[in-house]
Amino acid sequence: MQRPVGKTTPVSQPRRRSRLLAAEERDGFLFILPWLIGFVVFTAGPMLTSLVMAFLDWEIVRPPAWAGLKNLERLVVDPLFRLSLYNTAYFVFFSVPLYLVAALLAALAMNQPLRGIRIYRVAYYLPSQVPAVASALLWLWIFNPTFGLANGLLRLLDIPAQMWLQDPTQSKPVLIFMGLWSIGGTMVIFLAGLQGIPVHLHEAASLDGAGTWQRFRYVTLPMVTPVIFFNLVIGIIGAFQSGFTQTYIMTGGGPSNSTLLTILYIYRNGFEFFRMGYASALSWSLFLIIVVFTALQFRASQTWVYYEGGVR
Amino acid sequence: MDSTSGTRLAVSAEAADVHQRSLSQQASRVPAQALLYVVVTLVAGILLMPAVWLISTSLKLPGAEMSFPPELIPRVVSWDNYPKALTSQPFLLFFRNTMLIVALNLVGVLLSASLAGYAFARLRFRFRSALFGLCLSTMMLPYVVTLIPTFIMFRVLGWTNTFLPLTVPAFFGGGAFNIFLFRQFFMTLPYELDEAARVDGASSLQIWWRIILPLSGPVLATVAIFNVVYHWNEFLMPLIFLNTPDRFTMALGLRMFQMSMGNYGHGQWALLMAASTSMIMPILVLFFAAQRYFMRGIVMTGLAGR
Repeated sequence: MQRPVGKTTPVSQPRRRSRLLAAEERDGFLFILPWLIGFVVFTAGPMLTSLVMAFLDWEIVRPPAWAGLKNLERLVVDPLFRLSLYNTAYFVFFSVPLYLVAALLAALAMNQPLRGIRIYRVAYYLPSQVPAVASALLWLWIFNPTFGLANGLLRLLDIPAQMWLQDPTQSKPVLIFMGLWSIGGTMVIFLAGLQGIPVHLHEAASLDGAGTWQRFRYVTLPMVTPVIFFNLVIGIIGAFQSGFTQTYIMTGGGPSNSTLLTILYIYRNGFEFFRMGYASALSWSLFLIIVVFTALQFRASQTWVYYEGGVR
Repeated sequence: MDSTSGTRLAVSAEAADVHQRSLSQQASRVPAQALLYVVVTLVAGILLMPAVWLISTSLKLPGAEMSFPPELIPRVVSWDNYPKALTSQPFLLFFRNTMLIVALNLVGVLLSASLAGYAFARLRFRFRSALFGLCLSTMMLPYVVTLIPTFIMFRVLGWTNTFLPLTVPAFFGGGAFNIFLFRQFFMTLPYELDEAARVDGASSLQIWWRIILPLSGPVLATVAIFNVVYHWNEFLMPLIFLNTPDRFTMALGLRMFQMSMGNYGHGQWALLMAASTSMIMPILVLFFAAQRYFMRGIVMTGLAGR
């Protein structure tokens, strides 16, 4: 076929193009439409609804009534809510840094050229895949004060038996310790980050005479800061609302409400006492706390997160 | 910061010297290496200890689990706890219910998330990047804030105590994280494929179904496994929406079994551990059957951090 020269470019060419573009535009919207509907119906809608519900008096069996600021007034003086926030904060502030450091250390070890490293990786990773209900029951049995493995091990060291989850001063540390068992997912994310560090950086540092520690401090650590940041943000958002299954199955929030996490308290208000309005007010408070913490982290990240190839 | 190019020039000059040094370094590394082995093995042992304890308890004769100090290896191995535990509750029914929920979610997620991921990766439309940003931002949205209204909505629809609240949402987007995974993978496929098909007159839908999806085995497997494990393990949502035991999932059934124990008398911990082991086993089998997809999925999660 011969190509027309000069001004003879057929008129149909751009028109066909624009028709194709229009089709693409239409398809694009159509293909994301299920997600968009889902976003409106299952995310944005419920979010706004719960904001409105925070101002309603709504015990599910009776029709809702406007409550004004009643829920908020109740919330600020509610000793259980305050206690649950304390417990949750305790959980977040101890568990998140602990898990991150442990996961990073595990990833560093798993990144070594050891023989049988794949088997080690499986052993470190697998516990994180155990269903939460099953692992909660298992740990409940391990920390059983009478017959549990934990006290059995203490006996070997001549340490008297502990009450563990039945002792309000030990219950929170026990839950945090338990969580160490499932850092596998975070570890693998770190591992991927470590393996993404170009080898030539390490080589260059070695050439300059950097030892193991210096290479970790000045090459590895800066290069994984984006991954640390990612895990920190996700970890804190998660930690503020995690622990439901564990506390629900293992302690029911006890003893003396020492493991009453905010998420458990919200569940109780919503699904055991059917105070839908109050539960919404509680969940929006927790939500706002999480948003503030996340925003602070993004602000702070500018000072310590290093992005290769400039700030994005 | 940019010392790499400088040092690279010096590489050849120093290469011989470095070779020497690395040899001597290796020699000094041997104790360090051995120490690392010891630590790594010790930690692995600690991590596996709960699992050993779980299985050993499940194999103990009734009452043998209630001894102190505890025996890590049962003196007499008995398999009786397994049939006893699994028939004490309708676990077969719970298994079927769970599998149905898992399967429906799988279909919903794979279809709707890959469709949206394809649009975000390949099709040009207005507000695409803004909408994708919105989609990503929902990944960070705490679920707690939508929990109560979602429950009320499904209650108004009369869907409580059915599988609908646990499965229908999967068909509407299938989760921001899964969309993200699909998009990232699709971006790596050569664009010429789409163009060639388009020249041949294929529609976007056909390109997605006939060309993109058949090339996306790894990401499909990754997303599939992630979702199977997630819905197999899920506790809170079934707890909220399912009320009668005939609708219970494995997780709820295990909880009900725990509640039926009362004060954990003679032989009951052994039964509970047998039931727990039974719930873990399918995940374990899946893990060893498809190990690389487990790891790959999380590796792709890390991409979000870059």
